[in-house]
Amino acid sequence: MDILIDILIALGVVAVIGLFMGVLLAVVSHFFGIEESQRLKSVRACLPGINCGACGYKGCDDYAAALAEGNAKPNLCVPGAADTANALGEVLGIEVEAPKNDVAFVHCNGNCDATSKKADYHGISTCRAAGMLYGGPDACRYGCLGYGDCAAACPAEAICVRDGIAHVDASRCIGCGLCSTVCPKSIISMVPRAATTVVMCNNKDKGADARKACKNACIGCKKCERTCPHGAIKVTGNLAVIDYDKCTGCGACVVGCPTGCLKDVAFPQKSDKEA
Amino acid sequence: MEMFKSLIVILLSSVLVNNYVLSRFLGICPFLGVSKKLGQAVGMGISVTAVMLLASAITWPIQRLLLDRLGLEYMQTIVFILVIAALVQMLEVVLKKFSPALHKALGVYLPLITTNCAVLGVAINNITDGYSFVESIVSSLGCGLGFLLAMVLFAGLRSRIDESEVPKPFRGLAVTLIAASFVSLAFMGLAGIVDTLFA
Repeated sequence: MDILIDILIALGVVAVIGLFMGVLLAVVSHFFGIEESQRLKSVRACLPGINCGACGYKGCDDYAAALAEGNAKPNLCVPGAADTANALGEVLGIEVEAPKNDVAFVHCNGNCDATSKKADYHGISTCRAAGMLYGGPDACRYGCLGYGDCAAACPAEAICVRDGIAHVDASRCIGCGLCSTVCPKSIISMVPRAATTVVMCNNKDKGADARKACKNACIGCKKCERTCPHGAIKVTGNLAVIDYDKCTGCGACVVGCPTGCLKDVAFPQKSDKEA
Repeated sequence: MEMFKSLIVILLSSVLVNNYVLSRFLGICPFLGVSKKLGQAVGMGISVTAVMLLASAITWPIQRLLLDRLGLEYMQTIVFILVIAALVQMLEVVLKKFSPALHKALGVYLPLITTNCAVLGVAINNITDGYSFVESIVSSLGCGLGFLLAMVLFAGLRSRIDESEVPKPFRGLAVTLIAASFVSLAFMGLAGIVDTLFA
């Protein structure tokens, strides 16, 4: 019986101290605590909270703080797109410019059939490490290395490596652009979601060298430049580059391209994804 | 005068001889984790000192007036942890209100100190060493300052390590631990210095 009483006393003492401390904490935070400003809270509630960093701030909380202080534009959230920007504009009571609606695209079609390896690489299996060693083990020194640094960086799990090259699932892509910054070959760029024609190559070598490295390479023949009725495509440094402000998506260049490195695409629109 | 002298001895010995980090190996995690930059090390050291002072000022009366009288000495650890955790939380709330700048500077360290073994160690050692209230306050001040000293010393050392070429297998935490052991050895050399100071 004595033991039982001892245990109960010990229990009681700890419980009383705990209760006392709890009440004290509650009192202290009631009198001294500062409320997070309502504005900050409502701003934060508009943001998606995935902390991708596409806005240029250290996560959603940081961006919300900058917004609440009026130091940031409300259209920087790429994953949230127009809905978030409009919601933020409403909360903050300011005009909103249209947000960017981009999707990541891998400018490489050097799959296993089209290109070969110049060396057998047995190092750390990241693109960054492989790329540092003589430009990587692939025959084409501009192409996708296929170790998936981009896939690892993607917060939306939208990238997978298939057949030696990375593929972006546009319906999952949130447009944060993290993949394009980690790619050591800079073959991922952000293209407008509305784009219908893309260049599937990043090789800046002269035609013959490019062709030797990869069957699907852009050889810089300038045929597309001549066919394009809108002057939207230009060959710079032996590589076709599309100006999406001018491109109407007529597809004339795709038909004429001798190596098939120009391609028609139809990215799923944001509204499709929600539907 | 005699009492003043004994307080000085307690203060100096807890800074130099019984340094919590380097002689008793308590509070190693913040010692290794936050000593990369001098500014952070100083911030952490000061906040640990403040919390140690506060903690022993509260835990001493709890031990002597409550636990001893009820014969619950064995509940010491649990009760102390409970009290210290609540205290630090309170300190954070109050700091946030009255000194947002200091709160921002301390940042994540303050909640980290909640479960710091050095703080608990000071509170418990004050009791086991049989210190009076004033003595235990002085001893915890000394321990805090000793922690600060160790942090600052080691932050300087680490910046030297960062610049030097370390053999590959030793890079990172390995060389840091070895350096820490050298600093600890150096502090062992101070043992006995305080007792002879007033002899």
